[in-house]
Amino acid sequence: MKIWKWIVTLLTLLFGRLMRRGGSVEDAEERIVPAGTPERRAENLVLVLLMLAVLAGIAFIVVYAIYPHADQPNELLGLCLGLCLALIGGALTVVAKRLVVTEELEDDYPDVHPQAQREIAEIVHESGSRITRKKLLIGAGAAAGGTLGLAALTPALSLGPLWDTAPLDMTPWRPGVALVDENGNKMPASDVVGGTFYSAFAEGVDPEDIASELVVIRLDPDKLKLPNGRADWAPDGILAYSKICTHAGCAIGLYRNPLFPDLEPKPALVCPCHYSTFDPYTGASVIYGPAGRPLPQLPLMIDGAGYLRANGNFSARVGPAWWNVREKPTYGTNE
Amino acid sequence: MLFGGLSIVAIAQAQPSSGIVRPTTEPATPSVQLGSQLFAANCSSCHGIDGKGISAPRAGAGDIMGMGPPLRGVGALAPDFYLRTGFMPLSSIHDEPGNDRVLFSDKEIKSLVAFVASLGPGPGIPQPDPKAGSLSEGMQLFTLHCAGCHQEDGEGGFVTGARVPPLQGLTATEIAEAVRIGPYLMPKFPASQISNAQLNSIIKFVQSLKNHDDNRGGWRIGNIGPIPEGLVTWWIAVPLLIIACLAVGRRFRRQ
Repeated sequence: MKIWKWIVTLLTLLFGRLMRRGGSVEDAEERIVPAGTPERRAENLVLVLLMLAVLAGIAFIVVYAIYPHADQPNELLGLCLGLCLALIGGALTVVAKRLVVTEELEDDYPDVHPQAQREIAEIVHESGSRITRKKLLIGAGAAAGGTLGLAALTPALSLGPLWDTAPLDMTPWRPGVALVDENGNKMPASDVVGGTFYSAFAEGVDPEDIASELVVIRLDPDKLKLPNGRADWAPDGILAYSKICTHAGCAIGLYRNPLFPDLEPKPALVCPCHYSTFDPYTGASVIYGPAGRPLPQLPLMIDGAGYLRANGNFSARVGPAWWNVREKPTYGTNE
Repeated sequence: MLFGGLSIVAIAQAQPSSGIVRPTTEPATPSVQLGSQLFAANCSSCHGIDGKGISAPRAGAGDIMGMGPPLRGVGALAPDFYLRTGFMPLSSIHDEPGNDRVLFSDKEIKSLVAFVASLGPGPGIPQPDPKAGSLSEGMQLFTLHCAGCHQEDGEGGFVTGARVPPLQGLTATEIAEAVRIGPYLMPKFPASQISNAQLNSIIKFVQSLKNHDDNRGGWRIGNIGPIPEGLVTWWIAVPLLIIACLAVGRRFRRQ
């Protein structure tokens, strides 16, 4: 009982003080907009809505923090963020409909008349006169907006280290590095047949490395139209491209291979995320979709034992776009 | 299936120029001879009377503009797959084959398969044994080789230029045949890439896939990825948002 009294006393003090500060002295000047009666209940409603919005925003951050990266509950995250946004919207709607004194003007906005402009300014100022706890409301609004912004920015943590693009310049490829399959076995060139596509990795390198994974296909060498300077990059028509889409960094998981090319769409490497489509005959140039540049090509050679090996490094920088991505690559090799 | 059965009945009665043409009296058992008759009447417009294929559009039987790949050397594998799934015959050479209707009876399919296989030596019908496969290995291999297009749940999806068919309800033989043939735009996977044992595992996994009832969002939107979801966003969600904005922004005039 004692604690309860303390709380009541504290609340009375706090709100009494805020009330005194909020209850502003009426302007002596003549008003243009009629003074509205203060609506305490509407103000309370706005405060409650904004506080709930803050809670929803915090809940989003908490949910993001407690669940492991690979197992985020999308529905819960969406619900928190959506609630936060909807509650702020509700608060603003209540402010607009119940707290702001409205007065419609018949005339257009006077852009030359200084007197009329002053009147407009006065109207705008007076519209807020109904609000008795201005600072509290502004503070609550700022808190809600700030939490919403913070919550919306939180998932950026999933993007990885900030500003550090140096690892994207590293590739494990240099002349002589062998191509291996997903089990780590070297790939004989004779095993690579047309009509299908293979994933390959750099030998002895973490397959998760963004520059390691390749998509390997075999096409008719006579039909290749590779860019200048790549004449010997595809021995026996075997081509290797980076498997990372140049648009958003998904894996090029789709290979379109027509059974009857005379009638059907021609061969293409396709990204399943946004359907960027690359023409493997012309150095993986973009023929459809949002990707902005071709897939980087890796020059290949066949060694004396018949295995596929790299014969250099990628034609361009690997991965989705970032600033200066079109600059000539300055590779280091990450061994 | 019911629809497929009805359409066969309808075509058998009506016999339109684009439908299946049959000999007036069919023998009781499958035979190469029946196959050759059916082939001449229903397939040769596109594949050539001798199965050598037609490389430029040409008007064939029933004035159908025909064009198609050669069938010599495809063996029994390809005709069995294309006819049992209903991929063939196409109503137009520009159609994408889809497993929606089977127009031949089992006897006719066996006859056609025997005839096409007799055109030249080629691969036979695979005999997969999914019971011998491993479900976990199948899931890994499916993820690696198939899920890019068919999606992890086998619902299919899109590749630029084609619809990727769903995989539920296919027989083990049909799945094995598709993997080896690579129909339409699908890559083909030779035994050097996916062994017969691995194929058994993949089939076991594919046949374990069911339509998902636990759509946590409440609406499956086809379960085929970004295109229908984008359509819902732009044509349903965005108009709703605009309506909501207009409703919120409307002023109540009090007189």
